[in-house]
Amino acid sequence: MSKDAKTPMLDELEKGVWPSFVKEIKKSAKKSNTAQDLLNILERSYRDKVTHWKHGGIVGVLGYGGGVIGRYCDLPEEYPGVAHFHTVRINQPAGFYYTTSALRDLMDIWDKYGSGLTNFHGSTGDLVLLGTQTDKLEAIFAETTAKGWDLGGSGSCLRTPSCCAGMSRCEFASIDAMEICDTLTHKFQDELHRPAFPYKFKIKVSGCANDCTAAVARADMSIIGTWRDTIRIDAAEIKNYASKMDINTEVVGMCPTKCMSFDGSVLKINDKDCNRCMHCINLMPKALRPGKEKGATIMLGGKAPIVTGALMSWVIVPFMKLEAPYDNLEDLIRKLWEWWDDHGKNRERIGELVDRLGMRSMLESTGLPPVPQMVKAPRSNPYVFWSADDVK
Amino acid sequence: MADKPKRITDIGAPHFSKFLPPVIAKNYGKWKYHEQINKGTMKHVSETGDELYTVRMASPRLVSSDFIREICEIADKFSGGHLRFTTRNNIEFFPDKAQVDPLQAELKKRGHLVGGIGYGISNIVHTQGWIHCHTPATDASGVVKAVMDELHEYFTTKNLPARVRIALACCLNMCGAVHCSDIAILGIHRKPPKVNEATIANQCEIPTTIASCPTGAIAPNPAAKSVKIKSERCMYCGNCYTMCPSLPLADAHGDGISIYVGGKVSNARGPARMSRLAIPFLPNNPPRWPEVVNAVKHLVEVYAKDARKHERFGEWIERIGWERFFTMTGIPFTYQHIDDFTFARETFRMTPTFKWE
Repeated sequence: MSKDAKTPMLDELEKGVWPSFVKEIKKSAKKSNTAQDLLNILERSYRDKVTHWKHGGIVGVLGYGGGVIGRYCDLPEEYPGVAHFHTVRINQPAGFYYTTSALRDLMDIWDKYGSGLTNFHGSTGDLVLLGTQTDKLEAIFAETTAKGWDLGGSGSCLRTPSCCAGMSRCEFASIDAMEICDTLTHKFQDELHRPAFPYKFKIKVSGCANDCTAAVARADMSIIGTWRDTIRIDAAEIKNYASKMDINTEVVGMCPTKCMSFDGSVLKINDKDCNRCMHCINLMPKALRPGKEKGATIMLGGKAPIVTGALMSWVIVPFMKLEAPYDNLEDLIRKLWEWWDDHGKNRERIGELVDRLGMRSMLESTGLPPVPQMVKAPRSNPYVFWSADDVK
Repeated sequence: MADKPKRITDIGAPHFSKFLPPVIAKNYGKWKYHEQINKGTMKHVSETGDELYTVRMASPRLVSSDFIREICEIADKFSGGHLRFTTRNNIEFFPDKAQVDPLQAELKKRGHLVGGIGYGISNIVHTQGWIHCHTPATDASGVVKAVMDELHEYFTTKNLPARVRIALACCLNMCGAVHCSDIAILGIHRKPPKVNEATIANQCEIPTTIASCPTGAIAPNPAAKSVKIKSERCMYCGNCYTMCPSLPLADAHGDGISIYVGGKVSNARGPARMSRLAIPFLPNNPPRWPEVVNAVKHLVEVYAKDARKHERFGEWIERIGWERFFTMTGIPFTYQHIDDFTFARETFRMTPTFKWE
């Protein structure tokens, strides 16, 4: 379709204060027919109120089973620029830090072979290059890998792990989220690039219980930093905060465990009652810090609704020391995958498999002991499984 | 081809240490505390005494290579050639203290929005919609643009009682996993799939298509090498369409947007929680989705007026009670609000203790 095609509905979205994706598409459309026809077909969707993208075909690079999402439009004669509109997922660096030279390298490659349009970043965490053709994929792969980049995951594989800024810029981090994320990414390259699981498996690492990566909602394995000892208190800074805020109402009064008291000058915490929720530390970071005995809570099962309903991850290890090279974590993940591989049905997420087979099956095969931290409360119903060994 | 470079595979992402600003590399793991200076700036202080300033700006997430080159130019000038993106798709620069104000001025001059830190509305995490996806029930970028054009002051200047995390997913697949957001904007279908009898025998494997349905709404139709849809059982999840392209359910009239509220992922004060249905359906009305924009704005305003300091959307509703939430917002309570899927019973109330007006 020609560059003269009118896009009145999208033009409306160039107006307004918030940054406009339509302006971005138009910038790329000056250089790329693919971007121009993206604009045109998107206008068509705005008129028709339905998508014009078909089911993806299998496309990719040699030796990988994922990393490229095949996409074709349903009106290729009218919009030849987007007859193919494949997406390339580039594995982002942990913590999403970049140098300008690295970004320019990537953009030079992308302008040469693609639409020039990107997502910084996709939902799972990848740097997404939006819109290219099948015959360009090998060249994109060769040039990006030559610059030190690799593809992310897609399909029934380990999806690209992601994490928060962790210890790089956050005093709340009780684990080295970025190093853990990078280490797992490299330990599991085969599982990431060559889909061999029943379905997708996502890993997200958050440095503390504030969970900035939304790991509990968005990852099959949620790794969340915590500590076991006592909150560190700077008594002088407490007094400074007292002059700026109402500590009794905002901090003590909102503590979910009622583990603290403040007499106007001294804050006392009964750490035995504290559940490490982060509220007081969030409000008074200069005065309160997480303890020194640091580690992570490992949770399993988080996912979006498809197929049998959305899940939030639940605890399988209340506290795990996590120090490089993280072999204990790798070992646990491999055991979970083995159990899932053995029992999972096609397109059954690991959380749904726990639902179907029960926690015991997963715990026995991974060697994790049952502990009270795994449940909100023990069962109330008296329908209970006993194995022959239990009854012996 | 002689000039073809050697094939490199399985190298993973480059190690982040290549990209860290020197002050971050030096103080990695040593940060002691931080202060929010304004809605667009924060200061981190290290045990070494070093200070790190961060200035945050909004991004539409779907950006051109020109946009990336522009922020590179800014980063070269003000941030030592380093920058990062946040988990909510904002962009962060790391200027020296003396450069904080000049950087903010430069960003404003170029038309960028500085903000997103602390108690307000940060960027809306969202999916692809009609830009790139085959299963959406609505667009993503357009709805986000329309909503944030109306709510941008909560990003740049206005405060709210606590963070309000808004996320958008354009279908139930939820690439955006919006189900633990303060306000979740979710594209939904409302009509069952239409069987394309001409293609299904060639395109789809019938047993896996039948097995893909979580509600048992698909029955075999062996005579036609096809399937029958039991419309009364279909909940429009679209899982069958993912497995079988001959079962499309997108429909200009049937598709639209639902709004869920009260979720969060942070454990502060109480555990992470799921968002709950507030508005079952609003029509797709591009390019500005006025019904959706007004609904989100209304929800934010009712919350802003009544919630206590530090109280997230869901904590506010928990305090006032769902019955009063529906009264205060004027949203009608319908059959659709009462769950009838997998986890329904755990949402039923088992106490005669209510809050009456």
